[in-house]
Amino acid sequence: MIKVNHLMKNFGDLQVLKDINLEIGKGQVVVIIGPSGSGKTTLLRCLNLLEVPTKGSVQIGDLNLDFSGPVSKKQMPQLRKRTGMVFQSYNLFPHMTAIQNVMEGPVTVKGEDKQKAYQKAKQLLTKVGLADKLDFYPFQLSGGQQQRVGIARAMAMDPDVLLFDEPTSALDPELVGEVLKVMKELAVEGMTMVVVTHEMNFAREVADEVIFMDQGVIVERNTPDELFTNPQHDRTRQFLNMLK
Amino acid sequence: MFLSDRQFEIVQSSFLPLLKGALVFSLSLTAITFVIGLVLAVITALARLSNVPLLSGIARAYVSIIRGTPLLVQLFIIFFGLPSIGITLDPYPSAIIGFSLNVGAYASEIVRAAILSIPKGQWEAGYSIGMSYPQALRRIILPQAARVSVPPLANSFISLVKDTSLAAVILVPEMFRKAQQIAATTYEPLLVYVEAALIYWAICLVLSFIQDWLENRLDRYVAR
Repeated sequence: MIKVNHLMKNFGDLQVLKDINLEIGKGQVVVIIGPSGSGKTTLLRCLNLLEVPTKGSVQIGDLNLDFSGPVSKKQMPQLRKRTGMVFQSYNLFPHMTAIQNVMEGPVTVKGEDKQKAYQKAKQLLTKVGLADKLDFYPFQLSGGQQQRVGIARAMAMDPDVLLFDEPTSALDPELVGEVLKVMKELAVEGMTMVVVTHEMNFAREVADEVIFMDQGVIVERNTPDELFTNPQHDRTRQFLNMLK
Repeated sequence: MFLSDRQFEIVQSSFLPLLKGALVFSLSLTAITFVIGLVLAVITALARLSNVPLLSGIARAYVSIIRGTPLLVQLFIIFFGLPSIGITLDPYPSAIIGFSLNVGAYASEIVRAAILSIPKGQWEAGYSIGMSYPQALRRIILPQAARVSVPPLANSFISLVKDTSLAAVILVPEMFRKAQQIAATTYEPLLVYVEAALIYWAICLVLSFIQDWLENRLDRYVAR
């Protein structure tokens, strides 16, 4: 489903990602953990080209973009349409109601019929437990509710993979659960997901695989059980100890 | 009343011509040039924000020239200067061109600041659902930038209403030119100019109310 080959990303002289190779199968849930500055968010953002890789290639489904040469501007939205992104700070469109936020992609980008998009958006919002908030503006919703709208908005484009960039980090502790619950449901339904998070319990319960990143490289990847109980590298061990 | 009968009569007889000058010329000039100016402003702002050096350079030069020279001088160049190189324009079209260029330059800075004030996350959210740059701009960024720019743009609009009085010097028969003519024939400059001033003020008061209404309308999605 996702294939990343020799991916590199520089910000000026700073090498943020050094030769990342990664393969993620359909329906897999992969959690990326690591200290701040490890490049985990940058890697995630490279998967939907919010950061354009300096070198290497990203493949999602059958669309492969190689950044060693110039990449056509038309292909970038194509790749983005295959991914859905859930942001740390939600980034809902504040001038649109919850349902308008969810309909926006299908209507504007895919040119879907408004009536049809409305029905689908309503279904999605119902699924994330917001059937009674369709016509609320983001400022009228709690953080947890906004983030669930964010998930519904990403789902509305029928992406091949959902990317989560620390989706619960900006939330009050009592609101984290409702967002994680929705994410778990998606995972159970077979959604392919890549999640950058500090929620180790979520990783343990839901992830098929956990990736530990540090200083721009993948240090190790393993099943959650193995990685958490029996880390192979010192740096992984140090990081996990710090969390305790 | 402290006006003599004669003065009262002058006020009465000059009111309609002045109002006509205001409605037919001052306000139409304001409305037309503001619309053209806004289009110019959005184009200029986008050009300045683009990473094509030629585009942003042209936009920068345009804004610099217009902001760096007096409006009166610009109007003189267009109306009195251009005929020397064979371009002769009537007063009204000259004023349209002059004011539009002016509004375009000043408003472009407002629009640019408003676009920059929208968090980067909004662009990214748009891109993340597959939007192109024009789609994200049109659907996500400009509607939010519009809300931010209403107060400063309303300010520009109200200034523009009053600036149109400068069109008098290039012979546009707008309200102030009418006032000058009436003052000259009646020898009552104080009376007539105060009357004109009051009409400008009344117009601007109405516009301020419209601004308030517009701000309230656009603020409906913002927590207060």
